[in-house]
Amino acid sequence: MTETMTEKSAAGSGTPKEASVTGCSAHKETSANRIGFRVLYRKELADHLESTRLLIMLLLLLFVTFASFSGAMSNLSDAVKNSTEFNFLKIFTTAGNSTYSFVTFIGFLGPLFGIMLGFDAINNEQAQGTLNRLAAQPIYRDTIINAKFLAGATVILMTVFGLTGLMCGVGLIRTGIVPEPEAFARVLIFVLFSVIYISAWLAIAIFFSVVSRHAATAALASVAIWLFLTLFMNLVASGLAGLIYPLTGANANANALNNYALQIGWNRISPYYLYTEAISTILNPNIRSLNLVSILTQSQNNAIASYLTLGQSLMIIWPQIIALLATVAIAFAAAYVTFMKREIRA
Amino acid sequence: MGNETIIRTENLTKRYGDITAVDTLNLEIRRGEVFGLLGPNGAGKTTTTLMLLGLTDPTSGKAEINGHDCTRESLSVKRIAGYLPDNVGFYSDMTGRQNLIFSGMMNGLTEKECQDRAVHFLDRVGMTEAADRKAGTYSRGMRQRLGIADVLMKEPEIIIMDEPTLGIDPVGMRELTALIRDLSVKDGRTILISSHELYQIQEISDRVGIFVEGKLIACGRIEELGEQLKNEGLYMVDIRVEPADERITGLIRQMDGVRSIGKKTDGSLHIESGKDIRKGLLTMLLDNDYTLTEMHERGGDLDEIYRKYFEAGAAEQRPEVPKRERGQKS
Repeated sequence: MTETMTEKSAAGSGTPKEASVTGCSAHKETSANRIGFRVLYRKELADHLESTRLLIMLLLLLFVTFASFSGAMSNLSDAVKNSTEFNFLKIFTTAGNSTYSFVTFIGFLGPLFGIMLGFDAINNEQAQGTLNRLAAQPIYRDTIINAKFLAGATVILMTVFGLTGLMCGVGLIRTGIVPEPEAFARVLIFVLFSVIYISAWLAIAIFFSVVSRHAATAALASVAIWLFLTLFMNLVASGLAGLIYPLTGANANANALNNYALQIGWNRISPYYLYTEAISTILNPNIRSLNLVSILTQSQNNAIASYLTLGQSLMIIWPQIIALLATVAIAFAAAYVTFMKREIRA
Repeated sequence: MGNETIIRTENLTKRYGDITAVDTLNLEIRRGEVFGLLGPNGAGKTTTTLMLLGLTDPTSGKAEINGHDCTRESLSVKRIAGYLPDNVGFYSDMTGRQNLIFSGMMNGLTEKECQDRAVHFLDRVGMTEAADRKAGTYSRGMRQRLGIADVLMKEPEIIIMDEPTLGIDPVGMRELTALIRDLSVKDGRTILISSHELYQIQEISDRVGIFVEGKLIACGRIEELGEQLKNEGLYMVDIRVEPADERITGLIRQMDGVRSIGKKTDGSLHIESGKDIRKGLLTMLLDNDYTLTEMHERGGDLDEIYRKYFEAGAAEQRPEVPKRERGQKS
């Protein structure tokens, strides 16, 4: 994005002489901007890491991690009874009797983490009166929002990586299950995918922090969307599907398949659903398809039960990955555009 | 003081919907001078300063600082121009010193340079003692002084200040004006200062521009301003006559060219007119058997001029757009 800004500043030059002058100053501008970006990024990162809010959230996540781990431990022997490979992955996906599994927790609490990192990104600067001072430094305006997003994403990466590493380490010691290289690769993909998922919520929170003047409003708006998409989207989806393809009356049986397909379609609007689908596929090589029709035909054809290769698993969740990346891109683009158009005033 | 123009605007215009905040502004500020932009609140001063720094795009026209276009090459501009916004803010969880160091590093200085400069400038603005307190605990006056130190961190050639003395007590104000004057005299920096406080501007500035409703209505050295306005048809004269009865006001009001007449608290009459009425006034007074005891020509007095335009601006009462709303539009 910095490059486009530079091009824009160089594009205005008419005569060749002017062009060379502008080109030179454009070069100086880019390097000044890069320095500013680095300094701001480092400050934002330090701010996040030193904040009490992050500490609280990390403690909560640690607690949840251990709860899910001990839950998994209690049920792990049942879970691995009939399987020979990829038992290591079960640490992440097995739920206890009274707790959720690790991946469910991340899927549920991850958004909150992302929102926490972003909801006051811009409006707090504005409230403190530092935004115009910051914008008056020799940086392009988008550097501010880029640095903030990247710093948040870095914290997300560190956190998810750290927690998963912890799970792996403790799991290795406690269970003695040695992960296959492929299991390890699957865990890494899980980490990356979780980072993208949580970054989407970071971008959404930053968007609201640009739009609304008060941090509280931004936080509430983001949390409302999170709750809706995570908890209620399912109800809305089944309701809508029921309206279009009723499961009662004459056509009930004929509608069943369409109803189900439509329901899933609606559900996939929610990043939470996309994430759950993708993660369960990548951490469970037994899942061969996310499409009901092909699952049905498969069982009719008596396909041999075997594990999917990593490539095949990735292929299944490719649409989910793209959709989540698109969510990040759209949310960030919305935040970016509103911020760039916005007037900086005290 | 050189004669080289360092800040130049050409037909600079900014519209917010139907409202023109800045209307074809043509301004030239020379290197090393202190230029005061004087105008009532909502006159478009802040918008002008924001456009000069490339923080707001002009609707039309252009602004240049040191040969750099303020919109296209905003980074080059921001490298040499420091900006002190009104009600400047700092990161409240960092100390004053840390805030300064952060600003310095944003400008590409090393940490060592930043520390040295911070010590120097904190001393200069008299903030050394409070430097290691969290910025969240600072009073308004302290923030303003730290703001100046913050601007100086990049050693700017040009400093643009927006209402720097707003809401500061008289003592602090005096210190601040002395400091600002110093920045120009000792350091030779060019300073553009916007304010609605006449006396402060009068004290600091080499040249003054009076800015009302987005238009620059007068610009020049303070002594010249009165003359300028006279040429545009504003004459003011104060007289004292005997006997000071009611009839005289009526008589003067009937005179050709007189726009308004008012009685001051000390009993003298203040007359504003569209042309020079002094001669006619004298003969009229003579004919009607009045004795003229005092006659002052006003107009060289900035106070008078400014009040006049302040009132004119207030009388028309254009719909005032609150700053907040404005921020969300555009």
